[in-house]
Amino acid sequence: MTARLQVEAATVTYRQPGRGVLTAVDGVDLRVEPGEVVGLVGESGCGKSTLARAACGLEPLAGGRILLDGEPVQRLGLRAREVRLRRIQMVFQNPYASLNPRRRVGAQIEDGRRVAAGAPAPVGELLESVGLDAAAASRYPHEFSGGQRQRVAIARAMATRPDLLIGDEPIASLDASLQARVAALMRRVALENGASLLFISHDLAVVRAIADRIAVMQSGRIVEQGPAEQVWAAPQHPYTRRLLAAIPVADGLGRLPAV
Amino acid sequence: MTGLEITGLTLELNGRRILDGVDVSAPAGQVTGLAGESGSGKTMTGLAVMGLQPAGSKVGGTVSYDDGEVQVADLLSLRPGALNRMRARRIAMVFQDPSSSLQPMLSIGAQLTDHVRHHLGLSRQAARTRAVELLERVQVPSPEAALKRYPHQFSGGQLQRIAFAIAIACEPKVLIADEPTTALDVTVQAGVLRLLRGLTDDLGLAVLLVTHDLGVMSAVADTVAVMRHGVVVEHGSRYQVIREPRTEYARELVESLPHTPPPGTGEPE
Amino acid sequence: MTAVPLRRRRAPSLPVAWRRPAALAGALVLLAWVVVALIVPLLPLEDPLRQSVGAAFQAPSAAHLFGTDQLGRDVLSRTLWGVRSSLPLAVALVAGSLVIGSVLGALAGYLGGVVDEVIMRVADLVFAFPTIILAMVVAAALGPSLVNAVIALLIVSWPNYARVMRALVLGARGQEYVIAGRLLGAGPLTSLRRDVLPNVSAPMLVLAMLDFGNQILLLAGLSFLGLGAVPPTPEWGSMVADGVVQFSSWWLATFPGLAIFSVVVAFNLIGDSLRDALDPRTAGAVQGSSI
Repeated sequence: MTARLQVEAATVTYRQPGRGVLTAVDGVDLRVEPGEVVGLVGESGCGKSTLARAACGLEPLAGGRILLDGEPVQRLGLRAREVRLRRIQMVFQNPYASLNPRRRVGAQIEDGRRVAAGAPAPVGELLESVGLDAAAASRYPHEFSGGQRQRVAIARAMATRPDLLIGDEPIASLDASLQARVAALMRRVALENGASLLFISHDLAVVRAIADRIAVMQSGRIVEQGPAEQVWAAPQHPYTRRLLAAIPVADGLGRLPAV
Repeated sequence: MTGLEITGLTLELNGRRILDGVDVSAPAGQVTGLAGESGSGKTMTGLAVMGLQPAGSKVGGTVSYDDGEVQVADLLSLRPGALNRMRARRIAMVFQDPSSSLQPMLSIGAQLTDHVRHHLGLSRQAARTRAVELLERVQVPSPEAALKRYPHQFSGGQLQRIAFAIAIACEPKVLIADEPTTALDVTVQAGVLRLLRGLTDDLGLAVLLVTHDLGVMSAVADTVAVMRHGVVVEHGSRYQVIREPRTEYARELVESLPHTPPPGTGEPE
Repeated sequence: MTAVPLRRRRAPSLPVAWRRPAALAGALVLLAWVVVALIVPLLPLEDPLRQSVGAAFQAPSAAHLFGTDQLGRDVLSRTLWGVRSSLPLAVALVAGSLVIGSVLGALAGYLGGVVDEVIMRVADLVFAFPTIILAMVVAAALGPSLVNAVIALLIVSWPNYARVMRALVLGARGQEYVIAGRLLGAGPLTSLRRDVLPNVSAPMLVLAMLDFGNQILLLAGLSFLGLGAVPPTPEWGSMVADGVVQFSSWWLATFPGLAIFSVVVAFNLIGDSLRDALDPRTAGAVQGSSI
């Protein structure tokens, strides 16, 4: 069976003036199956966001390849994105920057509906599916809180009826009390619509709660991947163990996390 | 009690009441956590105590300060000069993003010694010695060399340690830390939390820790005050607030966290 | 699932701009000048071109409210007649350089690469010369006339707009909502029109409004050198230019100067309000009452 998203030995490099070449993603292999939720976890600078951007065609590959349903993902240049590739959609990190401040929310979701494969749900229904009022369509982004904006961004992505939804740290700028809720929402909405979800986050605790499989990334490489429960309960790689040990657990016991 | 006592703190900005009578005390030698969601007023409480509220806001209530040597009945009624001296010597602050709270054009040495020389009246040599001690205290590697370097040459975690060094340079008694680990990676955060706890215990600081992260609260705070709509809705020991919350809101906050068994224990849920 | 409550709704609308007192004042001043331009031939004024050497350099008096100039012409009449050439010229100049500069700057910023290189190197070339000197050279090459002076000034003014526009577009291009739009299949033109330009229009508008005074004065410079308004056509810029060399006759430069000032201030007031009105974040708010 072909994977929905297949990343094969993908490498992304940046040229840094005066400091040589930085390899942000270093020969990564990763599969996301249809209807699967994969969590990609790592700390800042590990290359997880670069990998997400590459999967959308936003970064050129220096090596390897990225396939959507067996067909390569080309880089998004100046031309409009290929129709086939519009089935990959992304929810970004910063809810304050990912919606056009000058346009009504409904019009922005409409952009997604217009390129949908098949019959998209009405805007009102899309908004309700992410827990917002259908009436929200006529409002502007500044009238929403960060969590609400992120819901709008999810609705916009889902309007295209994507096959693969990528969340690039979609909960990092939200209040702690919202993070788990929005992550769970993304899982539910993606699966209800038959899409796979690649969920990128630095927060292992949240990822564990929603992902079927977890991949842990460090310095451009995936150091460990496996079923979520296994990675959480019985981590194999020392880096994963360190990452898990460092999570401060809200148990009220005053335990300092291990360094 | 020595430490900081905030009573009935109110703050109004453009006709909107942002703080609506905050009562919380931060005793010496303890970390007092201020938890809450964005917009709850937790950050504004920290800023108002420092006299750093936004221009045009009206502040009411009292903030009393007592460190055993110096007592101030109400910081809010001090004249700007006197408040400035309190801020320099006795109350320090650490912010969320160390890369923007340090001056990018000045070396670490300059930022550590200028401050110390001015307020403690030390000689150049003595200030330098003190700066090296401070960097050792916050565990910045090779302090001598670090003094000559600039903020952009450090990682976020190292910068936050340096920000702590600057904050404790004049031996303050009160430290206000506003989301000091939120911008840091989780493995780096663990080290900075240990540092914060260590400084509190060793220096007898009264720490007011503002954070939305209940995990962080649970790790370092002695007591936790939960804020909502500009008031403290619940204040108690960290165990009580996190494990046996008395108010509906605090319970919701705790329950919104992902339900996870302790990581790496080898036993699935 | 319960719906998440929303904050109060606020929609932008252009007419809101006119509810602001500052914008209203600016609009009234401009309207007044337009009315003057239309009815000035009907006003009981002296012929602005009639010379009377015997009556040169007369200070303001009941006969000549604004005094007379070096050729004995009535300054009041010339100032009011001057609006007929100065205002349309300034509007044409600012609008022209705004459009040319914005289009070129947006293309340079959005497309990058060779397009960017070519446009910006040409802009640098223009920047390398002092504005007025270059305008003189171009105007002289084209021959003295108001139209040619306008062309010359367009050639020297667009790079300012292009440079600012390019920087704004470069900043906006990397915004997540622009990328999100591209992922939804927007081509470069749709992306520019829908996501980029509306979000960079405010600073461009302010730049244009601030440029009015500049343009009127540049035009005056050319007129002064005999390359713009051909004497004796009354035009504010050349009147000021003529007046400033006559130190003892303050009224020569003052009254046309005040006319320029009133127009510049009017445009600035309108520009500020327009900027707020076009932005949904500030549209409903009356100035000063929101953060």
